[in-house]
Amino acid sequence: MPLLELKDVHARYGPIRALHGVSLTVDEGEVVAILGANGAGKTTTLRSISSVTRTSGEIRFGGKGIARRSPEYVARLGVAHVPEGRGLFPELTVWDNLRMGAVGPGRGGQFREDAKRIVGYFPWIERRREQAAGTLSGGEQQMLALGRALVSRPKLLMLDEPSLGLAPTVVRELFATVRRLNEEDGLTVLVVEQNATIALDVASRAYVLEVGKVAVEGTSDELRRHEGVRKSYLGY
Amino acid sequence: MAIPARPALPALDVSPVVRSAILAVAWILGTLALLVLIGLVLTQTEEFFTWSGYGQQIVSGMAQGAIFASLALALVLIYRTTDILNFAQGEMAMFTTFIAWSLMNHMPYWPAFALTLVIAFVGGAAIERVIIRPVEHRPDIVIVIVTIGLLIALNGLAPWIWGPEVKAFETPFSNGTTEIAGVVIAYQDLGVLGVTLATVLLLWAFFRFTTLGLVMRAVANSQDASRLVGVRVGLMLALGWGLAAVLGAIAGMMAAPTQFLDANLMLIILIYAFAAAVLGGIDSPLGAVVGGLILGVLINILGTYVDFIGGELRLPAAFVVLLVVLLIRPQGLFGHRVVRRV
Repeated sequence: MPLLELKDVHARYGPIRALHGVSLTVDEGEVVAILGANGAGKTTTLRSISSVTRTSGEIRFGGKGIARRSPEYVARLGVAHVPEGRGLFPELTVWDNLRMGAVGPGRGGQFREDAKRIVGYFPWIERRREQAAGTLSGGEQQMLALGRALVSRPKLLMLDEPSLGLAPTVVRELFATVRRLNEEDGLTVLVVEQNATIALDVASRAYVLEVGKVAVEGTSDELRRHEGVRKSYLGY
Repeated sequence: MAIPARPALPALDVSPVVRSAILAVAWILGTLALLVLIGLVLTQTEEFFTWSGYGQQIVSGMAQGAIFASLALALVLIYRTTDILNFAQGEMAMFTTFIAWSLMNHMPYWPAFALTLVIAFVGGAAIERVIIRPVEHRPDIVIVIVTIGLLIALNGLAPWIWGPEVKAFETPFSNGTTEIAGVVIAYQDLGVLGVTLATVLLLWAFFRFTTLGLVMRAVANSQDASRLVGVRVGLMLALGWGLAAVLGAIAGMMAAPTQFLDANLMLIILIYAFAAAVLGGIDSPLGAVVGGLILGVLINILGTYVDFIGGELRLPAAFVVLLVVLLIRPQGLFGHRVVRRV
C-alpha cells in the first residue's frame, strides 16, 4: 500500500479549473518529484493533499481518506508541508519558528534532541536563534522552514519549489540535505520543482504535470531519456 | 596616499533581551524626566501648585490608566489574532461586572472575582464560536457591524436582567490612604494598579514562556502557516477571545467601585482604551499598556491644572494629544512596520 495515493483529483479556484484528474502515488522511503511549467497545477496538487484547496476525488494517506479535511488535520497525521513562500512566522524568532514544528500531538518531548540535529545541519540557526525569521535571507528561510518541518518528525515531507529565488550553491546544499535525510533516515519526500535537473538528481521517480494532468510519469532515468521531457524541462 | 581607515566603533552587539531592558530603562527615565519638566512648568504657572499634590494626580492617573490599559490590551489581543476591532469589548466587560455583582451578593469578594474571570473566559470564547465565527471570512465592515450589534445587545440586556438603577460595587481595598515620600496615595488606587499590572505581567509570561502562548503568537502572525503545522486555529481564536474577556472583566471590576455600576460603565472607558491602543500602536501589547498609563496620567494632569479643560474637556483634550502623536508617528509609539525579506 502506498503511503500517499491520489486518485482522479480535481480542484478549482472559483471558476478556474486547476487540476483535471491527477492520480499519483508515493511509497514510503521514496523521493518523488512533481515537475511542470508555471500554472501546470504543481502547487495546487500539494495544496490539495494538505486540504488547503477544496477538491473532488480521492486522497489517501497511510490508508486513511484525507480529502476535504482541514490543513491542521492533515498536518497532525504527519504531513509536513513547506509551502511556496516557506510559510514561516516572520515576526517570531528563529527559535520560536523551530519550536512551532513540535507543537503537534505528542512531539514536545523530543524537541531538544530534534533541534540539536537541525542545528547540526544548519549551524547558523543556533547563533541567530533570537532574530526575527522575517529578516533572514531567502536561503536561510528555506533552511529554517525545512528544519521546522523535520522537528515535527513527518511521515511525509512536501516541499514546494524549494529552489525558488535561491542562489545555485544554496539550492545544491538544500537538495544535498534532502538526499541525506532520505538516505540516512528513510524520510519520504514529495517535492515540487521547476528546476527539473536538480529534482531528478535527488528523486527516484517523477510526475510531469501539464495543464492540470499528469502528462508523463516514470523513474528519473526514464524521464531523463524521454525526448519531450528533455526538450521542454531539461533544456538539451 | 591611502586614507587611513576610521577606527571601527566598538560593536554594540547585545542580545535582544539586554536591548529591551536598556530601552525600558530609557523609557522610564525619559517619562520621569518629562513629568518633572511638566511639574517645573506648573510651578511657574500654578499659584497653588505642590509637588505632593502633583504626585497624587500622577498616581491616581496611573490607576485610571491601568484600567484603560487592561481594556486596550484586550482590544490589541483580539486585533492581533483576528484583525477585528471588537467594539463590544467594553460591554462584554460591563456585563461580566454585573455577573460579579450578582456573585458578590452570595460570596466574599475574591472568590467571586475568580469565578467571574472563569465565566468571562468561557463567555468570551463562546462569543467567538457562536457570533464571530460565522462571519469570520466576511468583509471587515460586516464584522465591525456584528461587534457593534453585540455592544448594543449587551447594553440593553444588562438593565433588562439587573434593572436600570445604578448599583454600588464592592471594593476589596480599604478606604484609607498611605503616604509615600510625601505623596498621599489612596489604597484604592494602589490596589487597582497592583491588580492590573499583575494581570499584565502574568499574561506576558504566558505568551513568552508557555507553548500555548507561543502557539497563540504564531496564530496572530500567520493563520495559514499555523494550520500547516497542525495548529487548531479556531480553538486558538476562541482562547484569545476568552483571554480578552478576562482582561475586560478585570478592567470592569476595577472601574466599578469608583464609577458605580450601570450599563454605561465602560462606554467612555472603551473610547479611552481605543485611544490608548492606537497611541501605543494597535498591534503592540506593550504599547497598549504604556498608552493606557500615559493617557490616564495625561487626562488627570490636564483636567486638574489646565483651567479651561477641567472635567468636561478631558476626552477631547486627550484626543488632541493623540492626534499630534499620530501625526508624528503614524504607527503609534510601539507599533511596527514589519521588516521582511522574500
